[in-house]
Amino acid sequence: MEPAISFRRVVRSFGDKRVLRGVDLEIGRGETVAILGGSGTGKTVTLKLINGLLHPDSGSITVLSEPVSELDERQLLSIRLKVSYLFQGGALFDSMNVFDNIAFPVLEHGSPSPGELEELVEELLAMVELEGTENLFPSELSGGMRKRAALARALALRPEIILYDEPTTGLDPLTGKTIADLIRSLHERLGVTSVVVTHDIPLVVRVATRIVFLHEGRFIYSGTPDEAAREGPERVRQFFAAGGLHA
Amino acid sequence: MTGLTAFFVHLGAATRLAGRAVVRMTTPPFQIRETLHQVDRLGVGSVNLTNITALFTGMVLALQTAYALSAFGAGLYVGEVVGMALVRELGPVLTSLMVGGRVGSGIAAELGSMTVTEQVDAMRSMGADPVRKLVVPRIWALVISLPLLTILADCLGILGGMVIAVVEEGSTAGFYVQHVFRIMDFNDVGSGIAKTLFFGFLIAITGCYQGLTARGGADGVGRATTTTVYAASIGILISDFFLTKLFLSF
Repeated sequence: MEPAISFRRVVRSFGDKRVLRGVDLEIGRGETVAILGGSGTGKTVTLKLINGLLHPDSGSITVLSEPVSELDERQLLSIRLKVSYLFQGGALFDSMNVFDNIAFPVLEHGSPSPGELEELVEELLAMVELEGTENLFPSELSGGMRKRAALARALALRPEIILYDEPTTGLDPLTGKTIADLIRSLHERLGVTSVVVTHDIPLVVRVATRIVFLHEGRFIYSGTPDEAAREGPERVRQFFAAGGLHA
Repeated sequence: MTGLTAFFVHLGAATRLAGRAVVRMTTPPFQIRETLHQVDRLGVGSVNLTNITALFTGMVLALQTAYALSAFGAGLYVGEVVGMALVRELGPVLTSLMVGGRVGSGIAAELGSMTVTEQVDAMRSMGADPVRKLVVPRIWALVISLPLLTILADCLGILGGMVIAVVEEGSTAGFYVQHVFRIMDFNDVGSGIAKTLFFGFLIAITGCYQGLTARGGADGVGRATTTTVYAASIGILISDFFLTKLFLSF
């Protein structure tokens, strides 16, 4: 079966700094893959390349059989309807309340009746356990609530792939666990393919079916979290050990 | 990149943004509700600033003109000078500079903040077009508002001049108004208003470009706002010269 996401010799630089140096990566449909690596190694860049927010300097990227790296902004629309992105800070629109934030992608690509829209938003908020917050603005939400509202928005178009950029960063351990449980339950209930960029090892252990490790512009390891902690290269094992998971 | 190269790179990128905005300004779907919201925020919200500027400019202009013309025994012509100076030049340019400072910096700060907090990327990632959603309503709002603000400013500037002519110079209101409109024709008013269509576009595109290209958190947003005020003000003053030359050739 064709993978959901495929990178072939992808290179991406910012000015003089070459962040990705010929990356190869395949993610199968229904997998939950965690991208690990030190700060500034290009994990978020990899996510942004997947849904075309960034373009590679060279190499090819295929997502759900579409050559994302060759598409312009207009042609990327069909992919962006199937690939949702949960941004690190949530990236909720400050000027809109929670209801309007979640309704935004739905109204952008359809014309539901007010009743249908209300029902959909309520359903999505229930899915992320955030009922009753429709009229609140992002500034009135806690960090965890903001991430959950952003997750509800990311689910609004029923995506096939969800990209999570540091979904638990800045949250207390309990809220982080709630987010991790949500990611796992969404994966189980909706069968989506998930790509999670994180430094949070407990999150990785809870949600990831596989980890890939980015180091000096290349993926140097791929395996289950258990295998990685036990028999991965030294740098990967150190990473897991520092995160509190020892072989 | 040297300063000159950077200038042309930014000019090119802003021109491309302007081109994309013009295409979207004339093709559906139109963001009518958002445009009206922006007219209220950017245009109606600037009324007090531009009115006070115009009123006092008219008064100062009348004072200075009366003082200068009295030396030649031509104090009666204050109305002509104040009226022509305001509708042809001072009304449009001062209104645009005030709006450029207040609104241009506001647009840059708002869009800059959205950019650095990834809200613009979020919009793109949901298949929405930031140029259509954010840039076009702001351009329409200023292209609609600025001429109206200028008409109001022209009227208030002339009124301010009248107060001085009556109170300080002992003229009558009727005499002053008669002199204001004695030599003024539609071209004088029209050329001033026509300039503001361009100035409105210039302010909006400068603020939007600086905001959408802001980088590096609060520092980047701060730089975007100050650069917008600088670039929009200089742009208004330089383009005013060329637009004036253009309109005088008709």
